[in-house]
Amino acid sequence: MRTFKVKRFLHGDNLFKLLTAVFASGVIITLSLIVYNLVFESYPVFDRFGFGFFTGVSWNPVAGRELFGAFPYILGTLVTSIIALAIAVPISLGIAIFLSEMSPSAIRVPLSFLIELLAAVPSVIYGLWGLFVFRFWVVDFVEKPLSTYLGFIPVFQGTPFGLDVLTAGLILAIMIIPTISSVSREVLIAVPNSQREAAYSIGATRWESIRIGVLSYARSGLVGAAILGLGRSIGETMAVTMVIGNAIGSAAIPTSLLKPSQTMASLIANEFNEADPTSLHPSALIGVALILFIFALAINIFARFLVWRVVRVRGGSV
Amino acid sequence: MPYISLVLSIYNINKMVFMMKKMKTRKNRSNAAISRPILIVGIVVIIVFTGFLALTYQGTQTPETKTSTVSTTSTVSSTVLSTVTTTVTSSTIQQQSLTLNGAGATFPYPLLSTMAFEYNKIQPNIKLNYQSIGSGGGIKQHTAMTVDFGASDAPLTKTQADAAQNTLHIPVTIGSVVFAYNLPGIQKGLKVTGPVIADIFLGKITKWNDPAIKNLNPEIQLPEKDILVVHRSDGSGTTFVWTSYLSIISSEWNTKVGSGTSVQWPIGLGSAGNEGVAGLTRGTAYTAGYVELAYAIQNTMSYAYIQNIAGQFIEPTLDSTKAAAEAASISLPLGNQSWTSVSLLNAPGATSYPIASFSYLLVYKEISILPSMDKTRAKALVDFLWWAVHDGQNLAPNLQYVPLHKSAVAVDEASINSITFKGEPLKN
Repeated sequence: MRTFKVKRFLHGDNLFKLLTAVFASGVIITLSLIVYNLVFESYPVFDRFGFGFFTGVSWNPVAGRELFGAFPYILGTLVTSIIALAIAVPISLGIAIFLSEMSPSAIRVPLSFLIELLAAVPSVIYGLWGLFVFRFWVVDFVEKPLSTYLGFIPVFQGTPFGLDVLTAGLILAIMIIPTISSVSREVLIAVPNSQREAAYSIGATRWESIRIGVLSYARSGLVGAAILGLGRSIGETMAVTMVIGNAIGSAAIPTSLLKPSQTMASLIANEFNEADPTSLHPSALIGVALILFIFALAINIFARFLVWRVVRVRGGSV
Repeated sequence: MPYISLVLSIYNINKMVFMMKKMKTRKNRSNAAISRPILIVGIVVIIVFTGFLALTYQGTQTPETKTSTVSTTSTVSSTVLSTVTTTVTSSTIQQQSLTLNGAGATFPYPLLSTMAFEYNKIQPNIKLNYQSIGSGGGIKQHTAMTVDFGASDAPLTKTQADAAQNTLHIPVTIGSVVFAYNLPGIQKGLKVTGPVIADIFLGKITKWNDPAIKNLNPEIQLPEKDILVVHRSDGSGTTFVWTSYLSIISSEWNTKVGSGTSVQWPIGLGSAGNEGVAGLTRGTAYTAGYVELAYAIQNTMSYAYIQNIAGQFIEPTLDSTKAAAEAASISLPLGNQSWTSVSLLNAPGATSYPIASFSYLLVYKEISILPSMDKTRAKALVDFLWWAVHDGQNLAPNLQYVPLHKSAVAVDEASINSITFKGEPLKN
């Protein structure tokens, strides 16, 4: 009787089910191991500095004077990402509207393909391009005019050098445009045609129909797309490290767009290799990684939720 | 009957319309099916063409930017080439071959990889695999006993030495760090003192024509420009040497910043690696930074002459670095003692360059402590170390490294002789 049951359990379908379940749970296990490791390894630094780790501005790994505060890097991450969003969202929205509402199908396919291609370019290439080419454009066409004509405003003070918060924000904007525009396009396509037809039927022009019928309907999905872009820009490491100037400690607080700063990701990339394993330094870096991880996770969950709310409506009703 | 024919004809018309529609759609679809790949191929062609255009445009660009990219890539490719050749030659051995694994500082990497290549010619069955992961990583791997030897630019600190007990420090080469700058129209040879450098890196001297620099260089026309300080963003042995020197020379630096592989820089831009600092300094006017001598020479950078303890302004060269090493290391500790206090900085002597440092290999005295070690491997490691501090030193000058001087070699000999495998000495 028993052997019969085992035999039936080992039936191909069941085995297959088991196998896929193992693969799927692998993701969850990996994620929980990461969380476990981050918390475990960063515990000493939180134990030592407590809440001060979030608000402190000093970053001193010198033996005997260890003092770690992640505040400048949290701020640096947020400021560069916000600059990137402010530039990338309007552009991406334009791209998405054009692709979903306006463009003839002959252009739509190659253009979508190109945008996806942009997303596939490795970030180190953006970084190299930023360091050797883009930086000088930013200095000549953006930063010099800014510091000459608007230099009296504190945000634009500093020597235009091209390795600073502004360049990092611009590079990030270029990098997140493909993400935001392709998700937005998907969201806009998911808007039911009845929305557009309804708008036209009450005499709306094309712009009005897009604004009333499509954009307002897809609003939360579009916000989600933007936040997905934010998620990518917050975690971006290589390109940012190459152009942000990598200041440290209180010098890294982004008080001006033309000042070098540092993000959480770039700090980890810069310092982890050489951190003295017998000191608190690696633990502090892992603490920063934990903060970054929580940021990224929260942002992505929130964004997915917003996108899902729009796409779900299409699947069911209307 | 007419009714039926009507129905029939309507049916026929419908059928025809349907078929026409069908044909039309098929035609459309086939059109799209052809045009889509064509479009994609077209895009790829356009991208490749743009790249080609950019390439030809690059050829007509100003020579200055072009040479800078070329020189960086050539150094990279030469190191890549040397590692490739190492693996190729060692694969042609019939004898039972073994690989010695080392990891650590990036500074001695070109020297160690050349040593590996040359040693492989002499001992074809021994292959050396050195990974330049950084001094901190080297110490970590050595402490974790995952490599046969570690390498570090800084000696082990007290806590590090306690974590990896019975570690021998084997100085393998000597390096020096230079104050590099980019002042258009001004060649190497700007005269500076230690305190001036400290003030520049503290942000107290902000202009190139500051009286403190001007008074040392009355014959040079210095521009009234902001000094852009460039430092390492990654942890580094070079930074350790540089900040140690500044801490010795300036009490303010010592209290405010201190010394270490990474420190809290008061001002400046961070760039990764010696080549990163070198690239930024070369490519941007009015910058000042610090790099290893070898990088400064390879990249033809301008560097300052620094005042030594005897009051002389010394050009950083292999000779002046060697003079510093000879003057400073009259009484070196034994390999198994603490090297924390060993310093070639600010060495006495009229011709000594003040910012020099040893680069160390780290080996356990009782080598059987490593889980992967057997007697053959241990013997091979000891033989390689012996060769590296003797014949291997001949490779150093060509690569802009300073060969070890007699007293350092004598200490190394004693250290290598003291290495044992299960209590048995390996060097005979």
